[in-house]
Amino acid sequence: MKVDRRSFLSFVIGGAAGTALSPLPWKLMDDSSIWSQMWPWTPVPPDGEVVYEDSTCSLCPGGCGITVRKIDNRAVKIEGKPGHPVNDGGICILGLSGLQMLYGPTRIKAPMKRMGERGAGKWQKISWDEALGMLTEKLTAIREREEAHTVAAIAGSDQGTVPALLARFMAAFGSPNFIRTPSYQDTDELAVGTLFGEAGRTGFDLENADYILSFGSGIADGWGSPVRMIKACSLWKEKRVPVVQVDPRLSNSAAKATRWVPITPGTEADLALGIAAVMIAKNLVGSGAVSGLGGIKNTLLTDYAPEKVSLSTGVSVEAIVEIAKDFARANRPLALCGRGKAQSPESLRETAAVYLLNGLTGNVNQEGGMWAIAPADYIQWPEVARDKAASAGLRQPRFDGAGSGQYANARHLLQRLPDGLNGNGPYPIQVLMVADANPCHSLHDAAAFKAALDKIPFIVSFSSFNDETAAMADLLLPDHVYLERYADVPVAAGLPSQTIGLSKPVVSPQFNTRHLGETLINLAQAVGGSVAESFPWKNYETCLQETLADKWDVLMQKGVWVDDDFATAGSSLQMAALDTPAVEIEGDAGTFPLLLMPYDSIRISSGYIGDTPFMIKTVADTVIKGKDGFVEINPQTAGEMGLSEGDLATLTTPRGEAPVRVHLFEGIKPGVIAMAKGLGHTAYDGFLADKGINVNELIGPVEDPSSGLDAAWGIRAKLAKA
Amino acid sequence: MKHEQKHNPPMKYGMAIDLDKCTGCGACMVACMSENNVPFKKDESNKLDSITWIRVYKLTNGKSFPDTEICYLPRPCQHCEGHGGHSPCVSVCPATATDYSQETGIVSQIYTRCFGCRYCMAACPYHARYFNWWDPVWPDGMEKSLSPNVSPRMRGVVEKCSFCFHRYQQAKNKAYLDGERRVPEEAYQTACTQACPAGAIVFGDLNNPTHKVHQIVKPDPHNGNKSKNPRAFRLLERLGTNTKVYYLSSREWVRRAGDNYLEHEKTGQVSKPHH
Repeated sequence: MKVDRRSFLSFVIGGAAGTALSPLPWKLMDDSSIWSQMWPWTPVPPDGEVVYEDSTCSLCPGGCGITVRKIDNRAVKIEGKPGHPVNDGGICILGLSGLQMLYGPTRIKAPMKRMGERGAGKWQKISWDEALGMLTEKLTAIREREEAHTVAAIAGSDQGTVPALLARFMAAFGSPNFIRTPSYQDTDELAVGTLFGEAGRTGFDLENADYILSFGSGIADGWGSPVRMIKACSLWKEKRVPVVQVDPRLSNSAAKATRWVPITPGTEADLALGIAAVMIAKNLVGSGAVSGLGGIKNTLLTDYAPEKVSLSTGVSVEAIVEIAKDFARANRPLALCGRGKAQSPESLRETAAVYLLNGLTGNVNQEGGMWAIAPADYIQWPEVARDKAASAGLRQPRFDGAGSGQYANARHLLQRLPDGLNGNGPYPIQVLMVADANPCHSLHDAAAFKAALDKIPFIVSFSSFNDETAAMADLLLPDHVYLERYADVPVAAGLPSQTIGLSKPVVSPQFNTRHLGETLINLAQAVGGSVAESFPWKNYETCLQETLADKWDVLMQKGVWVDDDFATAGSSLQMAALDTPAVEIEGDAGTFPLLLMPYDSIRISSGYIGDTPFMIKTVADTVIKGKDGFVEINPQTAGEMGLSEGDLATLTTPRGEAPVRVHLFEGIKPGVIAMAKGLGHTAYDGFLADKGINVNELIGPVEDPSSGLDAAWGIRAKLAKA
Repeated sequence: MKHEQKHNPPMKYGMAIDLDKCTGCGACMVACMSENNVPFKKDESNKLDSITWIRVYKLTNGKSFPDTEICYLPRPCQHCEGHGGHSPCVSVCPATATDYSQETGIVSQIYTRCFGCRYCMAACPYHARYFNWWDPVWPDGMEKSLSPNVSPRMRGVVEKCSFCFHRYQQAKNKAYLDGERRVPEEAYQTACTQACPAGAIVFGDLNNPTHKVHQIVKPDPHNGNKSKNPRAFRLLERLGTNTKVYYLSSREWVRRAGDNYLEHEKTGQVSKPHH
């Protein structure tokens, strides 16, 4: 058949018309839309009955009340609990993303024992019986050799029944080595003890204060109970309360303040004493506010005259005098300290100087003032039973030296552990147990700490998450996370009250984990002898219920128990000597012309809890970009070094070296550089690991000569274009 | 016979965000992500493809140390009314996947209608719209935290802030069940408003004089809904987008950052948008 032009065109046109009129193209287009958009693996979240469960968040010391929205047995959203005395409906970025911790890939899902090299990440799942058996065997053998003191425990806190059970286990077992991770709490306790003569902590009546003077406290960056602090910031705006932020860097707290006072880092104590001197010189001191003031008056007036203080702090004489006058003339002024989130100890000199300012106003233990609060005392357990092994162990000195000799004032000195393990300790450590702490990341000179763990033959981690310290363990006994368990959450964090929240199981345990309290009771009973006698409880819940006694019903009903009529720790502030030396920074200025300071961001969790995928998503691309971390530098300083925005540079400190990118920031003092804390993880998951640099590896501990606490606030550094 | 239908007077949901109070904590961003099943990737540092319905921007006054100032500015979808509902994005959508509701003043986004042409993204002056370049992937077990009230989006569609519209639907249903004609102010609040620890975000019906947002903003219907509050401004107000998110700041440099001004112009002198 011959195909001519005419029939060819008829065929093509007819075919095209026919196809267009048929459903085929439309069906294909529809199918391709469905195919390209409706992947079957895009989840369709199942619907169900909605219920709300109240609990208490314990991801930070803040103790906020939370309400968890559940669909059937799935928790789908965490919200702040309206009407709660701490946070009244507000909630922070970390509390909001708690479900990513509950359901996330960083969970340790079952007890495990190490298989390969330590730190290689090779694990074998074992049963709880086998896991507890392994640990019991080790502990019993050590105890039989009367070496109970060679067992140490590191805990993130010593507040509440769970840490108290761990401390009790150590005491009953016969080891003096229960070591709390360092934080501003150490300095605060020390300062209250020194200035008030009694044990306790401070509380701040921020809501009723009418002038705020903050010495680097991150009032909008996560200091204290973060939601309460941000609420207070808004309240101050409404009431036009002046807020003065002393900070070498324009932190978010400084940005929210009515006045930012940039200061030469490390001279905060001088400024506080300078302000005190002006107050005394101008007769602006509340009568009888501070006892023992006479003894230091002359020293203050001569050594801390505004002209002198101005030279060291870089704050003008006029500013010092003006702040002193405004502070003194306010009705209820309040001075705060504890840098950033107050996660590190400070120098006692600085803290005492700031508390002295509060004392001078005459507002101690008054509305709108600073309160000295006696320790919470609701945990009343009988004395631990001590057999021969326990007594022998407890006669030994603490491994970290705290409480004796030159460290007589300190209670916990975790930073001294590496040195002790490297041959300078009183004895070897045979077993280390770690709970709610991640010292391999959060301690200054974290690398040295990690390396020193080589000297400990057996490490047990109770962590719920794959953190850096759990990665170095030999045995993992994972705890429930806070949404799966009962626990009392005593809230200190600067609250002027005794407040206890209750964590309740919002969902059933997702994995084969066990409550740490339960594990400790099991362990004590397995070790037997006087250890078992000290743990008479059937299980953790009985222990908690008995301990809380009459508070239990209130807590079950309201979720929180508040005592505003608490016992104070002493009434008058007794001035201590001012000759305690300042904390010097490490490194020599010739080799290292810059000052490196870590800074805290409320969007980056920097303690034992790591940042969640949601949180890391909110971190700016001038803090992390891909794998690179940034260092903030004043454009003037950067210009002198030939560095511009985004440049790759090598950051060197006496403790280490790291590649960084440069971010120019006008809000930082020339000569000072800053890096965010909480980054540079190697463990956890792909959402958090390998992002930025862990600034703690570049900074070494510096002991406060007056206490031995690690009060390092920075280090000397240099930057060179890479 | 034609039924006479009685309608509620139209509502105009909007926000007033107090930048004097905002501390840049980011709670609004994560409250939104968690409420609306917003996905996340291993690396979110490329902010061009990182989906955050509400994003907190950091503004600086450009002055050098020590006169530098910072202000944080949370930016949800501005829910532009334009002139008679002609929002920039709605006008260009070929699929009617986004629409301006005359009933609530909310600009919707219907994912299953969207075929990913991204005209709306080009049209939006606020970068409030985000494209799903990839299918969302939740790590094993984490789908448990997904809410059934908001459908997870798929690759190839645009998404944005909906003023938590599902919360409006639930509040409306509840109001009807309770025998009320109107949704009470406190019954419908967005997740960011609810979470904000600073209380910086106020949400409600701009048409309703009893709502806090109306009292703060005092919109002037005779002047393109410009606020009568001297602290208030809107972003790129002079484009005539007639947005429903108002910002408050006591600082002139912050208010100036909200639009493009000539040197001699003052923020209060902005003329009425014309069409």
